[in-house]
Amino acid sequence: MSKGLNAGAAIGYMELFGTTNYDFLGKKWPFIILSLILTAAGLVSLGLKGGPRYGIDFRGGALVTVTFSQRPPVDKVRAALEGKLPQVEVQEERAYPNDIIGTDVRDDAALQSARQTIIDSLTVAFGQPANGKYNLNASGVDSLAEHLRDPLQAASVPMTDQSLHDLAKNIIDYRTNHSGLIKNLDELSSVPGVTPPVMNVLKQATYPEPFAVIKTEVVGPKIGAELQRKAILAVLYALGGMLVYIAFRFEWIYGAAAVIAVFHDTIITIGLFSLFNKEISLTVVAALLTLVGYSMNDTIVTFDRIRENLKILRREALEPLVNRSVNQTLSRTVLTSGLTLLTALALFLFGGQVLNGFSFALVCGIIVGTYSSVFVASPILIFWHNFLEGRKGPVVAAPVPVKPSAAKSGGTPASARRGTAKVK
Amino acid sequence: MNRNIKIKAGVIVAVILVCIYGIIGVPKSKDELIANWKKNIHLGLDLSGGTQLVMEVQVQDAFKAFADTTIERLKDELKKDNIDYSDINRNDPSTLQDADKIEVDIKGVPLAKTSALRTAINESYGEWNLLAVNSTEYKLTMKPTEALKLKQDTMTQTMGTIERKINGLGLAESSVQPTGRSDAEADLLIQLPGVDDSAHVKQVLQTQAVLEWDEVKDGPFPTKEEALSKHGGIMPLNTKLVPTLPRDGQQAWYLVARSPIVRGTDIRDAHAAQGEMNRWETGFVLTQDAAKRFARYTEANIGNRAAIVVDGQVISAPTIQSRISDTGRITGASTQEEAADLALNLRAGSLPASMVILEERTVGPSLGADSIKEGFRAGTAGLIAVIGFMLFYYRRSGINATLALVLNAVILIAALSYFDATLTLPGIAGCILTIGMAVDSNVLIFERIREELRAGKAVVAAVDAGFSKAFLTIIDTHVTTVVSCAFLFIFGTGPVKGFAVTLVIGLIANLFTAVFVSKTIFDFELSGKQQVTALSI
Repeated sequence: MSKGLNAGAAIGYMELFGTTNYDFLGKKWPFIILSLILTAAGLVSLGLKGGPRYGIDFRGGALVTVTFSQRPPVDKVRAALEGKLPQVEVQEERAYPNDIIGTDVRDDAALQSARQTIIDSLTVAFGQPANGKYNLNASGVDSLAEHLRDPLQAASVPMTDQSLHDLAKNIIDYRTNHSGLIKNLDELSSVPGVTPPVMNVLKQATYPEPFAVIKTEVVGPKIGAELQRKAILAVLYALGGMLVYIAFRFEWIYGAAAVIAVFHDTIITIGLFSLFNKEISLTVVAALLTLVGYSMNDTIVTFDRIRENLKILRREALEPLVNRSVNQTLSRTVLTSGLTLLTALALFLFGGQVLNGFSFALVCGIIVGTYSSVFVASPILIFWHNFLEGRKGPVVAAPVPVKPSAAKSGGTPASARRGTAKVK
Repeated sequence: MNRNIKIKAGVIVAVILVCIYGIIGVPKSKDELIANWKKNIHLGLDLSGGTQLVMEVQVQDAFKAFADTTIERLKDELKKDNIDYSDINRNDPSTLQDADKIEVDIKGVPLAKTSALRTAINESYGEWNLLAVNSTEYKLTMKPTEALKLKQDTMTQTMGTIERKINGLGLAESSVQPTGRSDAEADLLIQLPGVDDSAHVKQVLQTQAVLEWDEVKDGPFPTKEEALSKHGGIMPLNTKLVPTLPRDGQQAWYLVARSPIVRGTDIRDAHAAQGEMNRWETGFVLTQDAAKRFARYTEANIGNRAAIVVDGQVISAPTIQSRISDTGRITGASTQEEAADLALNLRAGSLPASMVILEERTVGPSLGADSIKEGFRAGTAGLIAVIGFMLFYYRRSGINATLALVLNAVILIAALSYFDATLTLPGIAGCILTIGMAVDSNVLIFERIREELRAGKAVVAAVDAGFSKAFLTIIDTHVTTVVSCAFLFIFGTGPVKGFAVTLVIGLIANLFTAVFVSKTIFDFELSGKQQVTALSI
């Protein structure tokens, strides 16, 4: 960290990057090669694995999340389900004793019964014998109240309708606060309303099944196809919208450069998903779309600075000028991206299973996005300028002030003055 | 203090108060605070627990039913008008897209009666277009405007019936709404908060509940073949064979009259009650017209049997013991739930078309509670990390940024409450992301201020310049993210929409807090002093 320059006001702050002067664009080739390698790695992985791994939202199928009081080894669960449903996959959740059981059944009618088939198979393999009792771990409040009504009456336990309902609600609330599973009836003695006579009735009339379904997702093939369509449209529209917006604020080549950079980010992120075998769900697409908008930010900040410098530093060649602009905005770019990255990391580390894909996309996307604003977007501007220069050849003409905010092309006749930076 | 600053400060305090009111009202106790909080912040199904169903209404069923009614009427009318025909039948569109390709074929009409037929069709069957296939065969197709009307009516009626069923089940917070897929507008989105055992609800919702009392001609037979063989292999005129509800693996068949005595649509009210021997039964009340018909029939048929047929299955076939006019009972239910469900379905009315479940998502409340906990954990971690960094890097100005950030969060939550927006798990992620993006604005401004200070400006001038120069860039960066979110909102489904909404609101609120509020705090800090030479930034 360097001490800030003191001129006029006494400041004395710390700075991440003082007045830097790295030659980003001079050394662009190693980074471009790095980009190409990453992109290639992603594409190869996608190719080998037959495309991205779509989540249930896009593929269709059924996913049932089951929690166990004593989690059996995965193989036993698989064995229990074998043969009952086509293509059953069992996945264990990291933080909780939950198993996610998925099946790729595509037929609408079969999907409806898939959930029940899974429950039945698990009951056979891991369930307790019911003996005519009522399963506490699969009931709702009203249904529990109804099932307790007669036994309570038979045992002469006085109970009004309201207190019956409250009792059922308290039991179910207790279950909710204990990850959805009552392991042992004795646990319930701490629940308000469960007096010893009530406990006796509970033990006679109910039993706690050692597993419970806590989440179900059944997506028919029509919906899956529809969501795929919507996702692709959303991404295309967003990219198009960005292109239009930036072309409007700057010049179309800036727009193209920004869109190419964002496209590059998206491809690399999807490639990383494939490499790490992560699922692409609807929320992941949402994250990618957010990144499209967000990574435009650094790009815009840099382009803003380039445009400002073009106004003031008319005599400078384009490449050094862009270099200087990037250096000037480096501090700002790294800081803003870094802070957003902090929150994305918080989501990734603490946000839980459901948001895992989403936060992974954000973390990768922010890192790659920052990198591409510096090493991809700006070089494209320079390549284009050199390309234009090469076509037009040397022309000498009187200097004309550059008005970059009057943004239309058609340029001034002196736009090809040698060594002068003017990217119109 | 500067008058300007006083006004600005006043505005900020007013905003804070309005926000706090929106979130927790004016609570007089801790319990009321929690209750208000729960009431104002509407949680999505993935956080509160519940079921969401997307059902496709099989509109073609309604088209087929309409064609059947038309055929019945035609047969009577043609007989009355002395127009001969050999056969009237319809095709069988089996998918939603084919619904309006419904056709009625009339065969064997003698040439002489052609104009009579045309007149009859034009007069009373305005929904159809008559086409001549050849000299004796005609085809009725539905007019496009009429087809559209039938489709819309079917949807409306289906939605109404489902609403009544849901209300009948006591699911107060549930909702039914049409949801559009691109090519078909026959989808319904049904949200059932708090329902984590969807099997019963699905069963009730999908029961079409088409009820009829049919006169029993013969039966019960153990198999369909036996019934037919008793009558020489063909069914007698105007009868049909109906199976019973399978119980304990057994099923029997009855031969009943084709046209019912009374229908489900004639029922005014129905309730479950315990009858003789404590068995559950469904009591019903008929409308006045139907009551007269039923009374006439039962009086004339004491000792005969009448089958009660629901959705094509006989649930009981009692003997008529006395004249029944407007009230009666349907027995045969094995549990209270069965009787209550039948009563509910009768009250709700029959569904004009069957429904196919396209999507079902159920989240148990424990998972929802866990998700909320995880969301808060991540949010707290993110907030601490960001605030920590700002204080460390920008020193006293970091406090400025922190205050703006906290206000940003408060405004965001209050906005969710005022707009009745639903908070989903991705929505919580959106809030957390807003924290990260919100500080970006502060960073832009502070870095600019540092630059101006470096270039030699005086403190107050540097602060002013920092804010004004950074403003346009802040707008730029917000616009791009907001545009992305707009597309997410348009194309996304529930939870994703929740994310887009929270992020957009957060960013718009950020424009207020990072610029207006931060500036006001700076102004306040710098105003009282004569000569400011240093700024902790």
